[in-house]
Amino acid sequence: MTAIQDTHIPNHEAGHADDHHHEHPSWLAHHFDDAEQQFDSGKLGMWLFLVTEVLFFSGMFCAYALYRNRNPEVFEFCSSFLNEKLGAINTGVLLFSSLTMAWAVRAAQLRQHQLLVGMLGATLGCAAIFLGVKSVEYSHKWELGLLPGRFYVPQIEGHHGAHHGYLEMLCIVPAIVTVLCAAYAVFSWAIKSTFHQQVSGPLLTAALCFFVGVFLGQYLEAQEEATKGHANHHEHHMSVQGHIDHDSHDHAAASDTHEHDHGSAPAPVAAVASSGGSSDVYVDSKELATPKPNVNKSTMAGLFFSIYYCMTGVHAVHIIGGMIVISWLIVKAARHEFHEQYFGPVDNVGLYWHLVDFIWIYLFPLLYLIT
Amino acid sequence: MAQTTAHNEQAHNHHDTGHGHGGHGHGDHHGFSHPMPIWMLLSVFFALLVLTGLTVYQSTFDLGNAEIWMSLTIATVKAALVILFFMHLLWDKPLNAIVILGSLIFVALFLGFTLMDAEGYRENLLYDSVNDPRVTQQVDAATPTAAPAALK
Amino acid sequence: MSVVDRPLASPGYSEADSYPTHHFLNHSHGILSWALTLDHKRIGLMYLVGVMSSFALGGLFALMIRIHLWNFQDGWLSNKTYNQVFTLHGAIMVFLFIIPSIPAALGNFLLPIMLGTKDVAFPRLNLMSFYLWITGLVFFLAALSITGLDTGWTFYTPYSIDTQQGGAVLAATFGVFVLGFSSIFTGLNFIVTINTMRPPGMSWFRMPLFLWALYSTSIIQVLATPVLGITVLLLSAERLLGIGIFDPKLNGDPVTFQHFFWFYSHPAVYIMILPAMGIISELMSVHCHKGIFGYRMIAYSSIAIALFGFLVWGHHMFTSGMADVTAVVFSALTFTVSIPSAIKVFNWLGTMYQGTVSLNTPMLYALAFIFLFTIGGLTGLPLGALSTDMHFHDTYFVVAHFHYVMMGGTLVAFLGGVFHWWPKMTGRMFNDKLGIVSAIIVFVGFNLTFLPQFVLGSRGMPRRYATYLPEFQPLHQLSTIGSLTLGSGLLLALIVLLMSLVNGKKAPRNPWGGATLEWECASPPPHDNFSSAPTVGDPYDFSNIEYDGKTGGYVKRA
Repeated sequence: MTAIQDTHIPNHEAGHADDHHHEHPSWLAHHFDDAEQQFDSGKLGMWLFLVTEVLFFSGMFCAYALYRNRNPEVFEFCSSFLNEKLGAINTGVLLFSSLTMAWAVRAAQLRQHQLLVGMLGATLGCAAIFLGVKSVEYSHKWELGLLPGRFYVPQIEGHHGAHHGYLEMLCIVPAIVTVLCAAYAVFSWAIKSTFHQQVSGPLLTAALCFFVGVFLGQYLEAQEEATKGHANHHEHHMSVQGHIDHDSHDHAAASDTHEHDHGSAPAPVAAVASSGGSSDVYVDSKELATPKPNVNKSTMAGLFFSIYYCMTGVHAVHIIGGMIVISWLIVKAARHEFHEQYFGPVDNVGLYWHLVDFIWIYLFPLLYLIT
Repeated sequence: MAQTTAHNEQAHNHHDTGHGHGGHGHGDHHGFSHPMPIWMLLSVFFALLVLTGLTVYQSTFDLGNAEIWMSLTIATVKAALVILFFMHLLWDKPLNAIVILGSLIFVALFLGFTLMDAEGYRENLLYDSVNDPRVTQQVDAATPTAAPAALK
Repeated sequence: MSVVDRPLASPGYSEADSYPTHHFLNHSHGILSWALTLDHKRIGLMYLVGVMSSFALGGLFALMIRIHLWNFQDGWLSNKTYNQVFTLHGAIMVFLFIIPSIPAALGNFLLPIMLGTKDVAFPRLNLMSFYLWITGLVFFLAALSITGLDTGWTFYTPYSIDTQQGGAVLAATFGVFVLGFSSIFTGLNFIVTINTMRPPGMSWFRMPLFLWALYSTSIIQVLATPVLGITVLLLSAERLLGIGIFDPKLNGDPVTFQHFFWFYSHPAVYIMILPAMGIISELMSVHCHKGIFGYRMIAYSSIAIALFGFLVWGHHMFTSGMADVTAVVFSALTFTVSIPSAIKVFNWLGTMYQGTVSLNTPMLYALAFIFLFTIGGLTGLPLGALSTDMHFHDTYFVVAHFHYVMMGGTLVAFLGGVFHWWPKMTGRMFNDKLGIVSAIIVFVGFNLTFLPQFVLGSRGMPRRYATYLPEFQPLHQLSTIGSLTLGSGLLLALIVLLMSLVNGKKAPRNPWGGATLEWECASPPPHDNFSSAPTVGDPYDFSNIEYDGKTGGYVKRA
């Protein structure tokens, strides 16, 4: 090697003579050379994180595709239990929250601090509405016994939609959060701090939005039941139960051969041993009342609801995670921290939020709109 | 010194590809802040709403097997709008686009092989179980072990 | 500009500053200064201690297994305990030791220094990754102490759904989930650091090959680990909620579990071996005092291994009832991975050719790596071939094969790397003679342990069995003797390292004559890595590096 490149790493004391900031501003981490490097690093990091999210969800999409392909009729039947209207409303809400989030990024870049707080608050509110509607959907399904996998016990007897108070249970945490936000809002008005008012206002609004979502969901759910009618639903249910019935033998056989094939050496022994021990978990009291062949029918449908709960549940967890980071952004925005050199956090949380929207864009037609 | 780092190159590209819609405002030499114009945000949002309406509407028709592909196509168009505009990928560094599109290749790989295999061994699972002696035996053998549990 | 022209403020080039009094180890004091540190070097050292402790734990389980297998029946463990011991041995070694070993411990310490930056791109994420690792460890210890896990490290369904050790399965899967995030964050950090923080002059093809290896590893970590995350999450849901996706009793498909699991776990094999290959590239070049042969091919082959690694996961499932077509496709694809691996081995041999080989401790470990990895790689071929795998599947042949790759490969390279960079990390030289002895004992012990297992496996001894036929006893006993030899060799290596902390000579800046950037900063490095800007040159140009008798290390000639 003849030519050793004597390029020197610019160090911060000497190398930045031609740069604009002679010292690091507070928003620039010490190990970055300049604002753009910091921004690029954060953004690439966030895109990589989104890659992991995409692959994370792909597992569930894989399970979905596999079982839908094997049992299209089960998926079609089960999908009829999902309320399209609620799904569509939630899609709209999420799309709107994506709009406000994208707008928030713009506001951060243009130093529109008030608008930024407003847009972030709107995003947070939409997220809360989404969760409110989702709670209505979940609790409604639980009351119908439409639970995942081995707990799937559809209530095909008369007491359609028996009240178990699931919705109230789901509302407990949001209610506590609302009370805390309200207390914080009162506190912020009492001490007349603009900063605290700017933070507590959006938080309280968003917390209340959850209940808006709950009422919206309940209203639409009631409307749906009024139009469809119970009898109609039942008829549908019963007919498809029969529809699945002729498959059940195949499936039972399949599952048995399966177990036979794939159990590694110790597995079959243990499987037999544990089927006695843990059977009380599998056999619900309601299931006892129904004849034996029903078990297989219900497991087929239960599989759909397993996938439904896994996908929407993990998605909802992501929404909640997003709400926490958006709240953090609201605090920073109320402190007027963002400007055209430092808006990375808003941009990156935005990317995350759009990805959550992105996932829902696929979940909605795949789960709700099977015909 | 012909040494230009990729970092600097990227910085240059970024300057050049900065999109034309205004609002650069402050600090032109730190050209990484590109506010989206409001009209663009709003039109993307309304396009998304229209597509949502479309996908709900098309689900009222019975399209048979085409239905899933139809709704997936619409969803993909929506997802593309979100990624390109809301997520700003259209103006982002090529690397970030490669990263996210590359991940889709791996998703395809994962789903492709797994589903291909599942489809392949499916016939081994769902063969004529009624007439196959092995299966009939197993079902018979399996039922008694499960039944006492149910009766317990 | 030459080295001599440097401002005098640049310490280390004058003799007095060769052994810095102020460095990252004494930059700040107290436990909190370590626990809350954002310094990649300290995080790397904490990881080093962590992974070595996990290795000790996993190794203890390994010895328990080998001692149990001394007799063909009535070993000192009950069958149940035996199941738990081999499961924990596997799970701890894979998830707590091998995967984080080189990237998180050595990688964290070295990546920013080799690159010439102050830190990784996200120091807080880096610290969080370490604490996630600790959390994962806690969950594994819980699985170990509460009930004991007996599913094998692969958690295959339906057994993992049915086993009585439900609490342990939940604890372990949660541990794996958390460890997955730890691994993802490390990988994400490395990719971003290498992409956006390379200083001027550090172009892609001036990066040391260790960084190429870490970059490829990080790609796998980011792409594959999330699938493991969702797999174990679904498995936990299976246990808690009975979702049935993998449960044949609920019409689920357990083969799918294996697809999900191996989509991560096969690429994970390359997470384990790629950084080891990176270390060997460094060691070969430095200790042969000769530029690496085929730099670009080694760099590209790292990326190729990372990508091909995603195409071959099905070869773990040939006997699982997968479709014939898929099995054939996966078998064929499996052979593609051997090409870039072989490219590397030939390039290392090419590097040694006509080099001035220093037979010191790191180099001996590197040579051991090449020998053992080659055996491991070649015995992989009959396992990738569909017809022979039908015979070898789930036998000791497989066990021996992956120990040759994982232990003979990764662990030996890790040890070589630890010895190689020990002076840089701690500022102390170890006793090279004893180090050489340890390398020889490890090499002999290793082969004594695992060569008989190839024979056992090809004769039909199945893996994971607590008892076996009497005819296998001599080979099993040979293997057990080997494992004890191996254990003592590893213990000696540890003693050599620890002794250096007590009475080791102070390390010069560049004890081996390396040309990469880490040898330009003091040993141990200062808090900000470089007190003055290092020269970014060809990382494998040794033409102007010469021995300096005064410091006992190497210096760059003007």
